[in-house]
Amino acid sequence: MIIGNDEIIKIKGLKTYFHTDDGVVKAVDGVDFDIRKGETMGLVGESACGKTVTSFSIMRLVESPPGKIEEGEVLYKGENLLKISQEKMRKVRGNEISMIFQEPMTSLNPVFTIGKQLSEVLILHQNMTEKEALDKSEEMIKLVGIPRPREILKGYPHELSGGMRQRVMIAMALSCKPGLLIADEPTTALDVTIQAQILELIKGLQESIGMAVLFITHDLGVIAEVSDRVAVMYAGKIQESGTSEEIFIEHIHPYTEGLLKSIPMLNVRKKKLDVIEGSVPDPINFPPGCKFHPRCKYKIDKCEKEEPELLEIKPGHFVRCWVKQ
Amino acid sequence: MGNNNVLEGIEEKIDYTVAKKPVTLRSIIWKRFKKNKLALVGLILISILVIVAIFANFIAPYPATTVDYANKKLPPSKEHILGTDELGCDVLSRLIYGARISLSIGLVAVCLYVSIGILIGAISGFFGGWIDAILMRFTDVIISFPWLVLVILVAAILGPSIYNVMLIIGLTGWSTVARLVRGEFLKLKEMEYTLAARGLGANNFRIIFTHLLPNAFAPVLVAATMGVADAIIIEAALSFLGLGVVFPDTSWGQMMHAAQSLTVLSRMPWLWLPPGILISIAVLCINFIGDGLRDALDPKLIR
Repeated sequence: MIIGNDEIIKIKGLKTYFHTDDGVVKAVDGVDFDIRKGETMGLVGESACGKTVTSFSIMRLVESPPGKIEEGEVLYKGENLLKISQEKMRKVRGNEISMIFQEPMTSLNPVFTIGKQLSEVLILHQNMTEKEALDKSEEMIKLVGIPRPREILKGYPHELSGGMRQRVMIAMALSCKPGLLIADEPTTALDVTIQAQILELIKGLQESIGMAVLFITHDLGVIAEVSDRVAVMYAGKIQESGTSEEIFIEHIHPYTEGLLKSIPMLNVRKKKLDVIEGSVPDPINFPPGCKFHPRCKYKIDKCEKEEPELLEIKPGHFVRCWVKQ
Repeated sequence: MGNNNVLEGIEEKIDYTVAKKPVTLRSIIWKRFKKNKLALVGLILISILVIVAIFANFIAPYPATTVDYANKKLPPSKEHILGTDELGCDVLSRLIYGARISLSIGLVAVCLYVSIGILIGAISGFFGGWIDAILMRFTDVIISFPWLVLVILVAAILGPSIYNVMLIIGLTGWSTVARLVRGEFLKLKEMEYTLAARGLGANNFRIIFTHLLPNAFAPVLVAATMGVADAIIIEAALSFLGLGVVFPDTSWGQMMHAAQSLTVLSRMPWLWLPPGILISIAVLCINFIGDGLRDALDPKLIR
């Protein structure tokens, strides 16, 4: 499938805050990006930078209270998902946009058979009868590369391995042929061989269904493998976004540079790994100005006072940095 | 579509961890339950009692309520194996018919209060916040209220009858189940599969009752089993006080009612000893079953 120019989803100025006793946690603080039809968008960043909250906000799954989507728009096929009714939103979840979670071991309900869980989403969204849904489930199980589908459908989650369970989750997420799949660190809990299989599987199915994928991970290696475009997130904001080549080779933002440098290389002998000095800022008290400046080695005076805008350096390549602009 | 090509080569690499014959949860539980001999004995005895209760009409030698003043207060004999009571009814027959009412009161009352308890506990635990606060304070009031006073009060208002006993036990007994279910739901709602279900577009009602409730099934089942035993005792107590089942209906507790008089207590043990023993046996057996179930359903125990 050729990636079109029309966006399937466009996120504008999304802000999700958590109102806790200690103060307001600005987990997502103005995120903008879009995903085009059939494309894979990688969202990378350190732990606690707001990746997962971003995806939950798109699905409107943020626990409220304490969480609240304060501002912004999530335009899916031109419709603002943050404005539609709960009822309508439920029709979107699992049907138009579906999600795979980080933990395949606990994302399946232990007391139901695989078949029952797979067919539920079909009965819910596609108005299928139980029989039809079960047939379709069998087809989906085959599609994600699990052999002996009939027996698997009758089995319980505890009888499957982690990789198989993640396949089941993928089958469930894809059974309604969604326009967008949000994969929130789908391979983090799996070992590397299974990880490769799952990535290949998602890619293959993506081509056949023609859906877009938002791939969230902190693993730059995985991102390099699957993504057409990449957005680098830090402290609740997109710091740099562009095509994979632009991010991995022609990156501009100092944070992106730091991230890429900290990947250990097999062919370079070093006593110590490169790190980005300092740690992620406290989301309750973000530093003024650019949120990365306390850790940035290129910082200038302006960085401490004013926060830079996300500027388009060249078509499709956005950077939020004073120094490099 | 091309997806089959992608999958080629993957299939051989997967390890197949699924057992040949699917092991159902039920078979695992039964296997563990069987290991507990006491529970098994309890199950067999209760099954016998249940069968006797169901087929009371065929098993009982006499009708339960035929008053026969000519043969009253007879000690055990060939015609009346357990003697007759003050109205001349055959004690064994009444015992057999009494099993029907005693057991069904236990069962119906528990079904009633488990339903109430599940509903209140599930809503409370799932939604949390002020809903939880209100429902749980209400539950606290029910728990802290002197229970027997409450029961006697309700019994006095509604009047003594089989159905009222069921209702009384049902309406006063739900608090423990509610707390239990609430606790389970507090845990379950944080599970990833709750989030996954929401992500698939399920609404709250569906998540509570079809996704989470089956996960809270084990502790509720144990509580309900034990609850049947409690309900039988409560029924006996109420009937003994004359606030529960009254003649001509027969229950074990109602038969004990006769033992309120000192003459009966000291001179006619055949009137109160058999129902007393049966109550003890039934309650003990049910509790054994409950214990066995608890162990069998405990996920921490390895098969």
